[in-house]
Amino acid sequence: MTGEATTGTAVTGKTGLRVLAAMSGGVDSAVAAARAVDAGHDVTGVHLALSRSPDSSRTGARGCCTLEDARDARRAADVLDIPFYVWDLAERFEADVIDDFVAAYAAGQTPNPCVRCNERIKFAAVLDRALALGFDAVVTGHHARVSADGVLRRSVDPAKDQSYVLGTLPTSRLARAIFPLGDSTKTQVRQEAAARGLGVADKPDSHDICFVADGDTAGWLRRRLGSAPGPVVDGATGEAIGDHDGTFGFTVGQRRGLGLQVPAADGRPRYVLEISPVTATVTVGPAEALDIDALVAERTVWPYDGPRPCLAQVRAHARPVPACAEAVGDELRVRLDEPVRGVAAGQSVVLYEGDRVLGGGHITRTVSRAAA
Amino acid sequence: MTYLDHAATTPMRPEALAAYAAASAAAGNASSLHASGRRARRVVEESRETVAAVLGARPSEVVFTGGGTESDNIAVKGLYWRRNAEDPGRRRVLVSAVEHLAVLDAGHWLAAEQGARLERLAVDATGRVRPETLRAALATDPGSVALVSVMWANNEVGTLTEIGELAAIAHAAGVPLHTDAVQAVGCVPVSFAVSGVDAMTVSGHKVGGPYGVGALLLRRGLDLTPLTHGGGQERDVRSGSLDGPGIAAFAAALSAAVREQPTEAERLAGLRDDLVRRVLAAVPDAVLNGAPAGPGRLPGNAHFSFPGCEGDSLLMLLDARGIECSTGSACSAGVAQPSHVLLAMGADTEAARGSLRFSLGYSSTALDVEELVDVIAGVTERARRAGQLATASG
Repeated sequence: MTGEATTGTAVTGKTGLRVLAAMSGGVDSAVAAARAVDAGHDVTGVHLALSRSPDSSRTGARGCCTLEDARDARRAADVLDIPFYVWDLAERFEADVIDDFVAAYAAGQTPNPCVRCNERIKFAAVLDRALALGFDAVVTGHHARVSADGVLRRSVDPAKDQSYVLGTLPTSRLARAIFPLGDSTKTQVRQEAAARGLGVADKPDSHDICFVADGDTAGWLRRRLGSAPGPVVDGATGEAIGDHDGTFGFTVGQRRGLGLQVPAADGRPRYVLEISPVTATVTVGPAEALDIDALVAERTVWPYDGPRPCLAQVRAHARPVPACAEAVGDELRVRLDEPVRGVAAGQSVVLYEGDRVLGGGHITRTVSRAAA
Repeated sequence: MTYLDHAATTPMRPEALAAYAAASAAAGNASSLHASGRRARRVVEESRETVAAVLGARPSEVVFTGGGTESDNIAVKGLYWRRNAEDPGRRRVLVSAVEHLAVLDAGHWLAAEQGARLERLAVDATGRVRPETLRAALATDPGSVALVSVMWANNEVGTLTEIGELAAIAHAAGVPLHTDAVQAVGCVPVSFAVSGVDAMTVSGHKVGGPYGVGALLLRRGLDLTPLTHGGGQERDVRSGSLDGPGIAAFAAALSAAVREQPTEAERLAGLRDDLVRRVLAAVPDAVLNGAPAGPGRLPGNAHFSFPGCEGDSLLMLLDARGIECSTGSACSAGVAQPSHVLLAMGADTEAARGSLRFSLGYSSTALDVEELVDVIAGVTERARRAGQLATASG
C-alpha cells in the first residue's frame, strides 16, 4: 500500500497495486476487474449504490442502479474471487449529479450527467475514499486508454470510445485511473466475458440517463421543476408560433416535438436555436442558424499556453472538427475551422490531437456564424 | 482467518454433521406409515424430545420450522390473525423498537395490509424494554392488544431482556407474548417453561446446526392461524414434509450448545471482556454500545461505535486483514443502513453508521482477540481519514 505518497504518478503499466474496481453490474466493468486481477493487482470490487430507492428491477430501468445490477456485480466478483462491497453514494450522487442536472436544465442548458458523475463521483468521491483507505488506483470499464505518462487516449473501438466523458478530468485524477478495456472492442470484451464464465456477457448495454428509469427525461424534469409554460418564437420574425409547458423539454438543435401550429413561410424544418428560461421563451429557426464558429468553455483542463490547433468534439459521438483553442483567463476559447451545428451550453468540449486528449471544458456560450 | 461473527452464524458442530449424515442415509418420510416412515418419524420425535428437554418445554410444544425468520412470521402473523378473528377489536401489535426485521417487518406488513396498529415499545439507552414501558402500553385498553413480541437477546448489541417479567405483565393484561430467542439460546440459560412466554423462536444455524431449520415453541392450548396450509404437520401450524436430517442435526447441535452453555458463557465472557478492554485501550474514543458486561449482556457480544469512521470502511479494512465481523445491521442491496437498533437506543445517525459488532462463539480463542487488537488502532485511524474526507467534501 503506497497510499498518497505516489499521487501524481500514473499507475498504468504498474503491477502489484492495491486497486479498487468499480463494478456496475455490466459486462465492461466485470471484464475490466478481471483484467486487473490478471495484471497482478490486488483487486477489491465495489458497487456504487447511486439510487436512493434501489427497488427498480430490470424492467423499464436502465443504467447501473438496480438491485439486479448490484447482484450481477456481486456475482461477477464471486467468479473472480475478489472481495466485494457496496458503497452507498446516493446522497452524494443526488447532490452532485442529479441536483446539478436539474439546475442546468432550469438554466436552459443541456447537461451531460455522465461527465458530471465522472468528475464528482467516480474520480472524486470514490477515488478519494479509495486512496484514503489505502488503495493505489481505481479501475473502471471505460472504453478509453491512459498511457504510462498519464495521457488519455481514445479507445481502439471508435463506436464505444468514452474518452469524451473523461476528457474534463484533471491529469492528477487520470493518473490514478486504470482503464483495462481501451485496447479492445466491445465485441472482444463480450467474448472474453463469456470465455471467463461471467454471466453478464450478454447483458444489454446501458443507455440514456441511469436515474431516469423510463427514459422520459422531459417528464422526469417536469415532475422535478413543475410546468413553466411559455411561447415558442420564430427567431426571424419574433412572432409567437406555438407554446410549451417548460423550457426544460428542449435542447439546442432539437427538431422534433416542437408542437408548432404555424408552418414556416419557406416550408423548411425549424430547430431550437435558443432557450431562455427567464422569459420561458424557446426560439426556433432554420438549420443554418444553428451553425456556430466558436465557443467558450469554463471549468477547463488546458495546460497549454497560446493558441493550439486541435480537433474539437462537442458532444458524445459527435464528429471531431479542426479547431484552434486558447486559454484566456479562466476561459477556454475554441475557434472552429468549420461550422458546427447544434452546440448546447452545458455539454463538454473535448479537444484532441489525433486520438490523444489534450483537455477540455464545459461549454458556457457559443458564437453563431450569423453573429460572427 | 479470524472469525468474529458468530452472531451471524456459527460453524456446524461435529455432532450435528454426524446426526445429519446418519439420518440422511436412510429413506423415509416421517408422515409415512411403513417401516421407513416409522424410522424417520422416530428420528424426528426423538429430536423433538431433545429440543423440548434442553429448552424446558414439552415435546408437544415444539413446532419445527424452516428457521428463525419463519418462526417469527408464524408467531407474529399467526397470533395476530387468530386473536383478531376471535375479537376484531384486537388490532394492536406491540413490539420492541429493536426487534429483528423478521418481527418488525411482519408487524409493518400487518399494519399496512391487515388493519393492524403497530406500536413500537421504546427501549432504554442499553436497548432494553423496561417493564414499566410495557406496563404503560398495556394500561390503556389492553383488550385491544393482539400480541406482544420482545426479543430475549438483541442480535446487534447483545442486550438481554427480563423476558419473564415482561411475560407476566402481558399475561396480567390477558395478552400473549412471543419472544425471539435466536441469539439467547446456547449463550444464556433459556427455559421456555420458567420464562412463561407463550411462543419462542429458535434457529438451527445460530447454535451450530444447519441452515433452514429452526423451531417455534408454542405453549399448549395457544392456537394460531397458520401461514402455510397442506398436510397438517406440526400441530397444523406448519404444514410440509419434515426435514428429518435437518431436525436431527439441529437437535444434536442445540443439545451440545445448551450442555456446554455454563462453561462456554464463562469462557467467552472472559475473552469478550479482554477484547473490550483492549479495543478501548487501543482506540480511546471508541464507545461500547449496549449494556455493560455482566448479567444484562450476551457473554460473546462486543459492539462498538468508532467516532468519525464509517462501519463499512472498517468492515472492508478488517476483511482485508482477515478479520471477519459485522456492522450488525440489515442490508438492502448490500447498502449498510444506519442501525435501527442504535437509533432506537438514542444514538445519532453518525454513530449508528460507524459501529461494528464482534461476536464470539464456541470456536473462538484468545488468538482471535489478539489478531483484532493488533490491527484495530491502525484500521480505525485509516477509516477515520476516509470518513473526514466524506464529511469535508460532502
